[in-house]
Amino acid sequence: MIGFKEEVQLAIPALRRYARALTHDADVADDLVQDTLVRALRSQHLFNGGELRSWLYTILTNLNRNRLRSLARRPAITAIGDNDAPDASSPEAGGRDIERALATLLEDQRTALLLVVLEGLSYREVAEVQGVPIGTVMSRVARARLQIRAYLENERPMLRRVK
Amino acid sequence: MMMNKDLPVTDDELHAYVDGELPADRRAAVEAWLAGHADDAARVAAWRLQADAIRARYSNVAGQPIPPKLQLARMSYASRRWKLAAAAAVIVAFFLGGFAGWMAHDTGGDAPEPFDHLTAQALNAHKLYAVEVRHPVEVAAADAEHLQRWLSKRVGCPLRTPNLEAQGLHLVGGRLLPTPTGTAAAFFMYENASGDRFTLYCTQTKAPNSAMHYNAAEKAGAIYWVDSNVAYVVSGTNERKQLWKVARAAYEQIEPRVSQHERAS
Repeated sequence: MIGFKEEVQLAIPALRRYARALTHDADVADDLVQDTLVRALRSQHLFNGGELRSWLYTILTNLNRNRLRSLARRPAITAIGDNDAPDASSPEAGGRDIERALATLLEDQRTALLLVVLEGLSYREVAEVQGVPIGTVMSRVARARLQIRAYLENERPMLRRVK
Repeated sequence: MMMNKDLPVTDDELHAYVDGELPADRRAAVEAWLAGHADDAARVAAWRLQADAIRARYSNVAGQPIPPKLQLARMSYASRRWKLAAAAAVIVAFFLGGFAGWMAHDTGGDAPEPFDHLTAQALNAHKLYAVEVRHPVEVAAADAEHLQRWLSKRVGCPLRTPNLEAQGLHLVGGRLLPTPTGTAAAFFMYENASGDRFTLYCTQTKAPNSAMHYNAAEKAGAIYWVDSNVAYVVSGTNERKQLWKVARAAYEQIEPRVSQHERAS
């Protein structure tokens, strides 16, 4: 049987992926993962033997929410770099597009969608992470998808023509 | 009797179908529905493309080598945030200094209600320290006995550190804070398994005993009461019901302390 620390170690690549998608910034993402790991190790005694992976996602999600709140209290917020938009035909373009579409979502919707689509959590697991009923998770996912589709179809007509 | 497969297909089922959450006995019905409804089929296809784009954009991150600072074995417990903590201390000093100045200026007129200025202060401390990862407290829960003795001595009355394990809250530790009038306040921090934090702020006051009052600001809530010349503020979630439970549990454990104190004096 593998121990607590080993299991946390195994989750690090997925946590980095999730954090990167949440923040769009490699440094901020790794800081978030580092804080998650510190908190997980320090709170090991609080972990009640449930699904460790969900617990780590919960910590990271909460830390990110706190981070966004403290950002919101500051006067200036740095936007995602828009001055280096790639050529629409480059392979990067699709990635940039989905990145911007994700950035237009409400935090709870982005979190729900990423946990389901990118991290492969079940609706039930996401409900635990977000502390809401499963129905709420499903409506967050549905709204996220509606918003992304609207963004991709309306905001980037150029790309659709190229495709 | 209508069979499961004959029920009309809902939007929830379309999402569940894409996410692999659809019960097996509905799969055929959804697929038949999509074959006959081009609009829904287009939505499902778009959702799949979105998911593919998200995975294509981010899945390589998980394959990258883990940087040294995220290696558990090598992870330094020294704070990457010491600069932030120092900056926070300056902000606290500035805020409290400014507040003290304002209080001093205002002594000629009506002093603000203790309810307002104490909860404002407790909430500010809560917001400042609840998000702190490495240095949320000065004295950790491991030294709980020392923490209680020290803060009681500095605040000037015997304090009790409530045990909130029944509420799923574990003591993180505590710290000493100044009040606007220059006296000392004790600040205890608790945390649940998901990392949500609650804090208890206590200081001596001349205000008369008061029942519990609720106040909310910027997604945080606070409950305030005064008992035997000590003001208490429990801060945490703005989910009022949950905060009440925590405050009540704290109150029930603090209250006997007061009667012992009264007997002793």
